[in-house]
Amino acid sequence: MTDLLTYVIQGIPFGCVFALVAIGLVLTYKTSGVFNLAFGAQAFLSAAVYYDVRVRHAWPMVPAFVLAVLVVSPLVGLLLERLIFRHLRTASPVAKLVAALGLLVAVPQIVQIWLGKGPTFGIVGVWSDDNALYRFGDFVVDGREMAVFVCTAVGVVALWALFRFAPVGLRMRAVVESPRMTELAGVNADRVSASAWMLSSFFAGLAGVLVAPFYASLSPTDFTTLLVAAIAAAAFARLTSIPLALVGGILLGISQGLMAGYLPPASLLARNLRPTLPFLALFLLLLFWPGLRTAIQSKDPLAGVDPPPLPPAAEERGRFLTIGTRVFGVAVLGVLVVCSLTVFSSYWLLIFTQAAIFATIFLSITVITGMGGQVSLSQATFAGIGAFATAQIVDTWGLGVLPTLLVGAALAAAVGALLAIPALRLGGVFLSLATLAFALMFESVFVPLDWVGGGIRPLRVPRPAGLNDDKMFFLFCVLVLAAVAGLVVLIRKGTTGRFLDALRGSDVAAQSIGINPARARILAFAVSAGIAGLGGGLLATQKGIAQPADFGFFFSLFFVVVVVTLGARTVEGAISAGLGIMLMPEILKWAGLSPSWQFVLFGLGAITYARHPEGVLESNKRRSLAFVERRLPRRWRGPGGSGAPPGAAPAADAGALPPVAAAHVRGGSIGDKLGGT
Amino acid sequence: MALLEAEGITKHFAGITALDAVSLTVEPGEAVGLIGPNGAGKTTFFNCLLGILRPDGGTVTLAGRDITRLPTYRRARLGFGRTFQRMELFAGMTVRDHLLVAERSRLGTGRFWKDLLNLSRPTASEQERAEHTLELLGLADVADRPVEALTLGRGRLVEVGRALMTEPKLLLLDEPSSGLDAHETEALAVTLRDVQAARGTAVLLVEHDVEFVRTFATRLYVLDFGTLIAQGTTTEVLTADTVRRAYLGETV
Repeated sequence: MTDLLTYVIQGIPFGCVFALVAIGLVLTYKTSGVFNLAFGAQAFLSAAVYYDVRVRHAWPMVPAFVLAVLVVSPLVGLLLERLIFRHLRTASPVAKLVAALGLLVAVPQIVQIWLGKGPTFGIVGVWSDDNALYRFGDFVVDGREMAVFVCTAVGVVALWALFRFAPVGLRMRAVVESPRMTELAGVNADRVSASAWMLSSFFAGLAGVLVAPFYASLSPTDFTTLLVAAIAAAAFARLTSIPLALVGGILLGISQGLMAGYLPPASLLARNLRPTLPFLALFLLLLFWPGLRTAIQSKDPLAGVDPPPLPPAAEERGRFLTIGTRVFGVAVLGVLVVCSLTVFSSYWLLIFTQAAIFATIFLSITVITGMGGQVSLSQATFAGIGAFATAQIVDTWGLGVLPTLLVGAALAAAVGALLAIPALRLGGVFLSLATLAFALMFESVFVPLDWVGGGIRPLRVPRPAGLNDDKMFFLFCVLVLAAVAGLVVLIRKGTTGRFLDALRGSDVAAQSIGINPARARILAFAVSAGIAGLGGGLLATQKGIAQPADFGFFFSLFFVVVVVTLGARTVEGAISAGLGIMLMPEILKWAGLSPSWQFVLFGLGAITYARHPEGVLESNKRRSLAFVERRLPRRWRGPGGSGAPPGAAPAADAGALPPVAAAHVRGGSIGDKLGGT
Repeated sequence: MALLEAEGITKHFAGITALDAVSLTVEPGEAVGLIGPNGAGKTTFFNCLLGILRPDGGTVTLAGRDITRLPTYRRARLGFGRTFQRMELFAGMTVRDHLLVAERSRLGTGRFWKDLLNLSRPTASEQERAEHTLELLGLADVADRPVEALTLGRGRLVEVGRALMTEPKLLLLDEPSSGLDAHETEALAVTLRDVQAARGTAVLLVEHDVEFVRTFATRLYVLDFGTLIAQGTTTEVLTADTVRRAYLGETV
């Protein structure tokens, strides 16, 4: 009995920390419609600030705590709200998610660049003595745990008091209850949402500072686990109830404590299951927790307050220019390929080979995100499945590498379809979270197994016969890329692509003409996973080894961020993303900067997604095409003239007009001017 | 046999009875109106018919087949076509594409392997049928414009056209006049009547605009607080006392 209680008590401190972040997640989600994945990164930031001033600069505890938790954390929250999320109020859930993803990628890198390469050992907590032991009857609690108990209790009581007694708390509660009614009652929702962001960022920062001393050194990985645990607790609360988020966090902590206590320490279960419990809990909760599916209906609390911004108009440019740009694009790529084969050094040949492979992987994101409209956070995992399958099958059965690549792709497609069947019931943010949970689970549960990631034995993949030469292999990769790109274009133009377009345009309307949404999306998921698997197998073949490190979940996030920033709708977008992630480190090296900056740049770039859902590249292309087109003879122009940069119009323009009417005002005037030729 | 038979549809929302045993039938080729004040449960009823909400009680039968538990898209394949109160068009697609997508969905000939072999382009007969609908609705001049460039009135016609492409037995119109001015409403009513005469499609119309209903529907149902308070021919119902009370209040 005492054992049980001891384990429970050991789990509670972590549970409290999970709960603090979960409260923040629920609060911002309900007040601003943003599921802020960056809270993990913000917790890391506050922990780093505290560490820097407390340990490196030897500040006393109180000023360090005040700076890290009471000043920096809320300030970061305020900045994020003011600079980014306020402008995303009426953006699509996907745009909000992508912005948060960008931050999740960028912020930890900024922190690490700032912290420098040096070790971050000797983290100190906020208690007078971290190692002091306190006895309560039979139970012993140390200083770190005391700090967590006291701070959580104070924080929760303060939150309760704020909600109960302070006017801002009342308004926040009102916004959580019904944002639209609150707006109608004359409450400035912007200000309420700013307070909510500051408050929840404060909780994230507090959690970061409290949890840091439990780890040996500061690493973003631990804070990702913290984030996922908090997401699980928030999912337990169905993203609506703050008290339930608290309960969920503590329950998760207790389960971890119990597992630590009762599972034999050396067993496989204990080794794999305990650290991955948050991932598993999140995955299971998302799929099976009743009420979460109905909670989806309120997924975007503030949508409908303002008219949603217009979707990007269809391209209306002339035939001449369409053909012209395509020829130009192909010519540039052709020159690159020829130069790689003849002029460039073997180093650059390698870079362009990998660029082609990554472009292939990125085409999987073109399918699922660009065409399917879903953000999948497990594309690197599917690539990994393809790579491991290729390596294992070649190794075990001695099959040829080329057919095995296809088997690996098929296997990845099958896993993708299996994941999609339950996950697609969720949709939107929850679908993305389910794929994230899957990616983390796969990485920590399956990859360490011998028959998947090879265990300690490196998984070698031989080069296919006839492709030993690097130039030949490069050509092969380019051919694969071209074939997959052709495939993607055919799917997009075909029935599947049109049905997905319809579903993305309006789910209910697509169903009203008899399109089966689940079938179309499962197909998109499977195709996407298959393409990623093929690319992963190719990457392993190129490197000669299938390494788990190449397919970590962080890459899934990073890939999505890069492709979405540059353009998820088009094949050019994927190809430039492939070139981008290979060339960016070279540019940074040339500029004398750390390669980490590439994550920062792409991560922050993702925030532009809300303004250019078609991608920075596509948006610039359209703008320069419009510029060229205005100078062209009349007969070469497109039907609509494409004078206005499509999709660039902010929501405010639309005013109170319903979307279609607003589009008429803008689009119509242009059409009239050109006589609709 | 009636085309559509809704029998005792009941729906509760957290203690509130939104629909209390509402029954309604539509005969083949008939134009039926469903009216009622705001909050009467019209949209809830509509959603129960279409499978967007699952009723707590009652059955929906289409041409003798019980469809109460079928998902929305299956009902569409069995003969439901619909338009939306708040326009639901496929952003970025042209008017013609809207019709072609609906046609492909009706035929059910889309196959993934055909996409890969580039065999999925619209066939001549699909193009022809789309052309026919475009002309029927007077949309031929904007056929290749993206839908964002249309007025609300013509946008609603695109919705009608998209629904018609699936050859519905029953067309469900959810407040088709909402957001339209008097002129557009009139034009829509004329077009809808032409379409109904030409195709013999049954229509169930949920509408606020009493004038629109008067000119269009031959039979009416009136909902108030989730219960049917009147039904009968349009003139009968519109002059009935109960209906006037529901709309205009007790004292009049």
